[in-house]
Amino acid sequence: MIIGEPAPPPGGPTRDRGGPAQPLLSVKGLIKHFGQKKGFLTKAGPVVRAVDGVDFDVAKGETLGIVGESGCGKSTTARLVMQIINPDAGEILFDGEAVGSQALGLNAFRRQVQMVFQDSYASLNPRLTVEDTIAFGPRVHGATRRAAATRAHDLLHRVGLEPARFAGRYPHELSGGQRQRVNIARALALDPRLLILDEAVSALDKSVEAQVLNLLLDLKDEFGLTYMFISHDLNVVRFMSNRVMVMYLGKVAEFGPSEALFETPRHPYTGALLASMPSMDPDARTEVAPLAGDPPNPINPPPGCRFNPRCAKSAALCAHQEPTLLAAGEGDHRAACWLVDPSSGHPRLAA
Amino acid sequence: MSDALMVDVAGLTVDFKGPKGPIRAVDGVNLHLKRGETVALLGESGSGKSVTLRSLMRLHPSSARIGGKVEVDGRDVLKLSSRELAALRGPIVSMIFQDPGLAFDPVYRIGDQIMEAVRRHEKLSKAEARARALALFERVRIPSPDKRLDNYPHEMSGGMRQRAMIALALACRPKVLLADEPTTALDATVQIQVLLLLRELQRELGLAVVFVTHDIGVAVEVADRIAVMYAGRIVEMGPARDVIREPRHPYTQGLLLSRASHAPTPGARLAAIPGAPPDLADLPPGCSFRPRCGHAIDDCAEVQPEAVSVGAAHFARCIRTRTTAEAYEAVVA
Repeated sequence: MIIGEPAPPPGGPTRDRGGPAQPLLSVKGLIKHFGQKKGFLTKAGPVVRAVDGVDFDVAKGETLGIVGESGCGKSTTARLVMQIINPDAGEILFDGEAVGSQALGLNAFRRQVQMVFQDSYASLNPRLTVEDTIAFGPRVHGATRRAAATRAHDLLHRVGLEPARFAGRYPHELSGGQRQRVNIARALALDPRLLILDEAVSALDKSVEAQVLNLLLDLKDEFGLTYMFISHDLNVVRFMSNRVMVMYLGKVAEFGPSEALFETPRHPYTGALLASMPSMDPDARTEVAPLAGDPPNPINPPPGCRFNPRCAKSAALCAHQEPTLLAAGEGDHRAACWLVDPSSGHPRLAA
Repeated sequence: MSDALMVDVAGLTVDFKGPKGPIRAVDGVNLHLKRGETVALLGESGSGKSVTLRSLMRLHPSSARIGGKVEVDGRDVLKLSSRELAALRGPIVSMIFQDPGLAFDPVYRIGDQIMEAVRRHEKLSKAEARARALALFERVRIPSPDKRLDNYPHEMSGGMRQRAMIALALACRPKVLLADEPTTALDATVQIQVLLLLRELQRELGLAVVFVTHDIGVAVEVADRIAVMYAGRIVEMGPARDVIREPRHPYTQGLLLSRASHAPTPGARLAAIPGAPPDLADLPPGCSFRPRCGHAIDDCAEVQPEAVSVGAAHFARCIRTRTTAEAYEAVVA
């Protein structure tokens, strides 16, 4: 705890430790299982393998999009990175330093990583005014009342809410779009480097969603931010992201540069997700659903490739052996599918 | 009889009590559906799309004042007694909701809830009602339907619960199906399955469907016609193809142009509609969209624009459709 320390200068040159080539965030072998563990008197219950061995990194200044169906572990991954819940295993490095270590304590880490949630109303304290909400973080981290209030007004202005009109309002006096702007302002109050946006625009009306997406792009340029952008809307993820990670049942199915991944998806699951988006062409409506059934439960995932029971290209091999992420095209495009491994012996490769 | 209107709404107004007087949530909506036709009501929160939908079954609180004409299958819904209303809901018109978890009673088995609905309206034995429920579960393609009839709502996944709710809605063989954002809470992979199922059932049963959504893509997938709502009014309506390809109301144009999939290049800014939807208790004079509209002129503040024909069965409530047409073609080209 470093209470009393003044907030670091915005965009200060000293903040970047490892240089531009070092990833801002580096996650290795992240695992989180929920459920009852076997104890002295208790039997082990069913275990939800929410996140089951996830590796990725986020480069400085980029936006990493994360997509997948409900239960794929995308929100759990965000919460693990944010240290809201503790991982069972895995390493999280922030600009080269292990989170929670001597060099980077939790408090210092949380100042640099902030999160915006989907439910703009539930994530605001109904008894705090907009100004107090935004000033809360700086106050906790030692800013004076006056400095925190000034900061709050400045941020309100930056997110497009006129401070004179909005500073004294309570959350219930705001529209959904305005509330989400307040949440974004609050997240920026400690001058973070990484912003985790977990379905942050999903609950907004379409005409407001576009405004908030534009705002996020502007703020990213202005404050030199890095984003982790989680959404179920593939069009929005494609628009926002430099690179995209597709998750399925707690694992990474595919990872790659946004354009490559959307233009030439290499994992059959990514292809099915893309094909599930509603068509915008009245003359070419969807005729066959790309996937049948609901997303499976992350309790007892199937052996082998976790997607194999729903996969149109599944072969005997897929039910026994689990594929790892392998290079699948240009840049760091990778997919966990036997079809990208020429030596896997998948029957479709021979054809 | 095939030309008979299943839904005939004219000049519909709905007022709710507000803290400072009545709030007009729906203002002068006209909506006509024939048998076997699907209309999507597209709009944002507060646009009046759900309120319009609920008027067709008179599901509003008793404090709401409904005006205009609402006829469903030739029955004047606004004049029905509560007993007649109960007879209308189910066999004539039924509804599926956004959250099937809330629409089912959590303490009864789903099969029993369907059987109860069937036996409330038709003289059937329990065995016959269960057979009907089973056939419905097969129809909406719930796997192992016999076993699933004995499930409680919490034992089903979201997609399966929505299928079960469709089964419940169809239990009394209605002629009109109302759908209030039925796929909004579902994953995209499940959403498309449910949309295809609804399309198939609609075709086979000849249902008239009113489908409320905020998602243009969903509207395109299900609808023959699209009605775009803004601040309680239908501002544009026409065949789905024409509304999507040749939108004439600036609000519809704005919705289409601000989509992320329409972005020219990643990182460029979206063509967002400025401002926010208006407060229904404090609407601007004239056209409600005027404060956010790039084509607004002084005349727009004078009177509420009338519906102007802009194509075959395609109209827009805008006095500048010639200008908006040219502007849109220029942007899209």
